[in-house]
Amino acid sequence: MNHLLSIEELDREEIERIVAQAERFAEVSDREIKKVPALRGRMVLNLFYEASTRTRSSFELAAKRLSADVVNFAASGSSVEKGESLKDTVLTLSAHKPDAIVLRTPWAGASELVSKWCGAAIVNAGDGKHEHPTQALLDVYTLKRSRLGGIDGASIWIVGDVAHSRVARSNIIAFQKLGAKVTVAGPPTLIPRGIEALGCEVRFTLDELSKADVVYALRMQHERMSESFLPSLREYASWYQINGRRLGPRQVLMHPGPVNRGVELSGEVVDSPQAVITAQVEAGVVVRMAVLYELLAGAREPQSDPDRPENVKQLA
Amino acid sequence: MDSNEKVVLEAEDVRRALVRVAHEIVERNPEPPAPVLIGIHRRGAFLARRLQAQLEELLDVEVPLGDLDIGFYRDDLQRRHDAPVVHASHIDFDVAGRTVVIVDDVLFTGRTVRAAIEALFDYGRPARVQLAVLADRGHRELPIRPDYVGKNLPTSRDEHVHVRVAELDGVDEVAIAPAEVETPA
Repeated sequence: MNHLLSIEELDREEIERIVAQAERFAEVSDREIKKVPALRGRMVLNLFYEASTRTRSSFELAAKRLSADVVNFAASGSSVEKGESLKDTVLTLSAHKPDAIVLRTPWAGASELVSKWCGAAIVNAGDGKHEHPTQALLDVYTLKRSRLGGIDGASIWIVGDVAHSRVARSNIIAFQKLGAKVTVAGPPTLIPRGIEALGCEVRFTLDELSKADVVYALRMQHERMSESFLPSLREYASWYQINGRRLGPRQVLMHPGPVNRGVELSGEVVDSPQAVITAQVEAGVVVRMAVLYELLAGAREPQSDPDRPENVKQLA
Repeated sequence: MDSNEKVVLEAEDVRRALVRVAHEIVERNPEPPAPVLIGIHRRGAFLARRLQAQLEELLDVEVPLGDLDIGFYRDDLQRRHDAPVVHASHIDFDVAGRTVVIVDDVLFTGRTVRAAIEALFDYGRPARVQLAVLADRGHRELPIRPDYVGKNLPTSRDEHVHVRVAELDGVDEVAIAPAEVETPA
């Protein structure tokens, strides 16, 4: 694996390998010194064009647990605000010779583009409405360790704002690759037309929610909504909020965070024993450790110098 | 099994060697608390378990046992083509202030032991660290020596030493294979 750009390009074995590796890494966080030297001397560059606290900090923590050096580069307050293009920014930062670039952008497909411009391993940490592969991997990890114990044959409902959600896309693909039956549910304005093409079922009400083993609520993404998709958040909540009345005692509740309490989830279910939301956050670090380890441990092709592309293939 | 292989320790020899090593560990560590054992993945971990049984019988106290994977600490991580598979380590007792006996199957260049010592110190600061190996085949590349040796095996550098344990390989034995023989998978 040279990059992690999408879940779509991974097969079931690769997903399971990364998740299994992550399970073995979990123990590092229990040591007195929570750090192993596996990626000593490697550099990870976090390049974030969108606000993100937990994804960025969990990548940072993951890299540091493996002893890599981390440089954070946020687009706000940087040369990007002065009008520098993505390509120029990447080429400029490549001069620091990062071994991996963790990239979050509002543009679908950006991480794939960047992977062609520089020699670093690219990790897609969210590209527009396209994909968020490490979120899907950590959700798979969390479900494997939940009461459910696995994903094969499970019925998973993804509820809410599917249209603006890269998490939904990556998770629909990942869960199905691992043998789950996925249903997406939400108001018609927030379910993209043609989503069935991914192989999932579509519901516009929560009437059959009780059939689900896992309820995966999505965050209502106000910041991505330029027009009105809903009459009001109150209206949404009355039809689609996961609350104590709708959530069964045997169901597992997931949410990618940050939660809008009182919108997609009621306060009571966030704190309920069914919720594995904090487990998802914990899983984020070990799964990202496994991804960085997979990409960066072992001999890599030499850093590509944009001026000397012949460098790239030498060791392959 | 390869016909070119020469078995140098049979099951009974392995057993006797471990019993002797256990006695030496007790002799060298007369003061309580009892030493703790940490086996290096994978065969060292099985040998450590057997030593634990011996020590508990001799000392009549519980001897803590852990195992350690050194994948993260290898000095060739950045040179190998693939990232090695890392197994979870299990050390669920405090090593600080204890005498730790690291257990491995074969001592060769000493690089594994160096990595194990580095890994061990991430769990705490032991009072002292000792090394027990079933076979010492020489050719050290680092200033490391074993405290307890089951058997000294003079070998040439390109020979292979195979330690087999019943738990994994169905049989307890130590064999030497000539250079041209491929390592069994």
